[in-house]
Amino acid sequence: MSTDTVLSTLTRRGRGQIPMLVTSVLLVVMFAAGSVSYDGFLSGQVLLNLLIDNAFLLVVAVGMTFVILTGGIDLSVGAMVALSTMISAWLVQLHGWPPLLVIPLVLAIGTGAGLAMGWVIHTFEIQPFIVTLAGMFLARGLCYTISIDSISITDPTYTSMAQTRIPLGELFISPSVLIAVLAVVAAFVVLHYSRFGRNVYALGGSEQSSVLMGLPVSRTKIGVYGVSGFCSALGGVLMTFYMLSGYGLHAVGLELDAIAAVVIGGTLLTGGTGYLLGTVLGVLVLGLIQTVISFQGTLSSWWTRIVIGALLFVFILLQRVLTSRRRT
Amino acid sequence: MRAQPVLEVRGIRKEFPGVVALDGVDFRLFPGEVHALMGENGAGKSTLIKVLTGVYESDGGEVSLAGQTVRIGGPLEAQQAGISTVYQEVNLCPNLSVAENIFIGREPRRFGLIHWAELRRRAAASVAALDLDIDVTAPLNSHSIAVQQLVAIVRAVDVQAKVLILDEPTSSLDRDEVRQLFTVLRRLRDQGVAILFVSHFLDQIYEICDRLTILRGGRQEGEYLTSELNQTQLVAQMIGGELTGLAELADATRTEPTGTSFLRAEGLGRRGAVEPYDLAIRPGEVVGLAGLLGSGRTEAARLLFGADQSDQGTVKIDGAVTALRSPRSAIGHGIAFCSENRKTEGLVGELTVRENIVLALQAARGWTRPLSRAAQDELAIRWIRALDIRPNNPEALIRNLSGGNQQKVLLARWLITDPKLLILDEPTRGIDIGAKTQIQKLVAKLAGDGMSVLFISAELEEVLRLSHRVGVLRDHRLVAELRNDGTLTPERIMSTIASGATS
Repeated sequence: MSTDTVLSTLTRRGRGQIPMLVTSVLLVVMFAAGSVSYDGFLSGQVLLNLLIDNAFLLVVAVGMTFVILTGGIDLSVGAMVALSTMISAWLVQLHGWPPLLVIPLVLAIGTGAGLAMGWVIHTFEIQPFIVTLAGMFLARGLCYTISIDSISITDPTYTSMAQTRIPLGELFISPSVLIAVLAVVAAFVVLHYSRFGRNVYALGGSEQSSVLMGLPVSRTKIGVYGVSGFCSALGGVLMTFYMLSGYGLHAVGLELDAIAAVVIGGTLLTGGTGYLLGTVLGVLVLGLIQTVISFQGTLSSWWTRIVIGALLFVFILLQRVLTSRRRT
Repeated sequence: MRAQPVLEVRGIRKEFPGVVALDGVDFRLFPGEVHALMGENGAGKSTLIKVLTGVYESDGGEVSLAGQTVRIGGPLEAQQAGISTVYQEVNLCPNLSVAENIFIGREPRRFGLIHWAELRRRAAASVAALDLDIDVTAPLNSHSIAVQQLVAIVRAVDVQAKVLILDEPTSSLDRDEVRQLFTVLRRLRDQGVAILFVSHFLDQIYEICDRLTILRGGRQEGEYLTSELNQTQLVAQMIGGELTGLAELADATRTEPTGTSFLRAEGLGRRGAVEPYDLAIRPGEVVGLAGLLGSGRTEAARLLFGADQSDQGTVKIDGAVTALRSPRSAIGHGIAFCSENRKTEGLVGELTVRENIVLALQAARGWTRPLSRAAQDELAIRWIRALDIRPNNPEALIRNLSGGNQQKVLLARWLITDPKLLILDEPTRGIDIGAKTQIQKLVAKLAGDGMSVLFISAELEEVLRLSHRVGVLRDHRLVAELRNDGTLTPERIMSTIASGATS
């Protein structure tokens, strides 16, 4: 191979990673700008707080990455998070069930709901958008059949999870961060080193080809919604630790934050291309925007939304440019 | 007889609602041969392949592999049984690496996790075994279509295929790439793989194939050694014997209109659809387009109607260069187009005869100037009478009419706009002989009145009876323009189609 072809192969291969690179640069620039502008911004704890405050979003976004990699979408995740907090609070606080029983139960419910939506999407060939929209209304509505008010949790297991600080040198993280990081590592291994994970990518690349290559398309398609359901239930558990309450109005619009994080992390909405690490970076960017705005102090928190909106536009345009150039 | 066939199909039958796609087809494939499956579009080639690969379930007959009767339930089962298929469109995942595309679904694993190093090593070995030089770690979409096609073959062969089915593998390859593909095929054949090869390119069939099976209208027409059948005989078998006994073409000798062309296409072409062609049509002239189904006849006509955009060449109308950007602009220049898919592209089945007839005229007038109901009724009744449309009720729903009458409604729709050029794509396909004759007479009369007609039909004797000149298409190229001066015969058109040369 000549130098030219080596170079062109390298750039071609690197193209899938360009959005992720842009996101990393953005993260560094934002952090540097924040450090220059505000006192006390430049500290490890500010970075770790990003993880502490966004552990549940990270877990939910990991599940969303699986779904979007297949070319689908899951709008039910925010509502599933809320339902998970509600069921946890209801069973632990009002019925006195032990947390060690409630948490696996909540995870099972989330996984089951995800699999059920996946089954409907696959069997009846309905747009994932519509099916998960229905799932979103259903889950949100079920919250209010339990209670229309917020239920506070005083169970010692939950409060200790909320208050424990795991020291990291002079800094600290919460147990939720540990769980979220474990989830990311597990998802990474599944996506890159298991047949299921590779089938997810193949399905996103071309569903018709996957069928003709004899891949288990139905199992994979239903599976990713199961993964997303599990992740949103786990995200709900982490949110329960964080908020110490169950409430039907928790995590309103979280599905959109998760989708935004995945897209900003460089995963193509059409499926087939993207990395889990990108999603982690996407979540950190969203968290950092919030942090910068809270440090700024005078701006309304709605500015977070405006900045996320602008970023999304830029990244979707970037995706468009990169995919159209690939075709030629 | 030689060795036992590796794959044998007996009396296979497949029906779709309203259509018998395969009707008792027999087919044999021996190890170590390249076998061509021939037939026009719609003859049942794709259906047979899909039955063999388990995409469709057959409605009758049996398939046996190495003497054992098998039931193929899906692509995975077909693969496991040793039948691998490479489709016309590369059916791989463009976002994954070459190595992964070869092994996905069967990745080597260690401790339950995919062993990437081993996977890449084995992929490189498989590629090298076929004397190919492909970077297996690069994503598939960084390679050309030809290389992707070869990767698909590597994958297909790597699953221990005994039977390799190639459906139009060469349609998007250039000459050198085809040569590379054929080298690989010969190597596989010598290893004892049975290869089923489908292609529209007759030269390629004669270059690579040992035997061929011909399908026509869902039936098996015959099985021949390639050396036993020349190209003209092959085309005759594919088109069918319908042209024998239709010698009453004497009245077809007609004076060719003179004068300047109404429309002249110069180097008009569209990549992937039809190669650049020149064609001129004078007022009062009928130009026929002949060629096998799928040879680019419709594609050539669609460019003249602006239904597809040409990417090279020009169209001159009345001597002035005109850009036909859309059907709307073509209609504005007096061009009408009756599509071959009258159900999907022309008529609106839920509307009445009257509504269908006035559709194009209304569109030409613009929606701000609606035709009055009285004017609509009058037009509908006049054209129903003129074309003998049955039932003669303007309020009948189109979908309840027979094919021939639907075709007449479609004709009426265009004729009331008073076009200068009428393009008819297979206007008589699938309609009864009575309606067919009426439509042919109408075309002759319209041309007599000074209308230009471009007449596309698979039936050569029909083209001959009506046309002043016949353009012959082959492999998406206009290969010849023959003058219908009384000496032109269906046989001559057919040999032109077969040889591709101007005779």
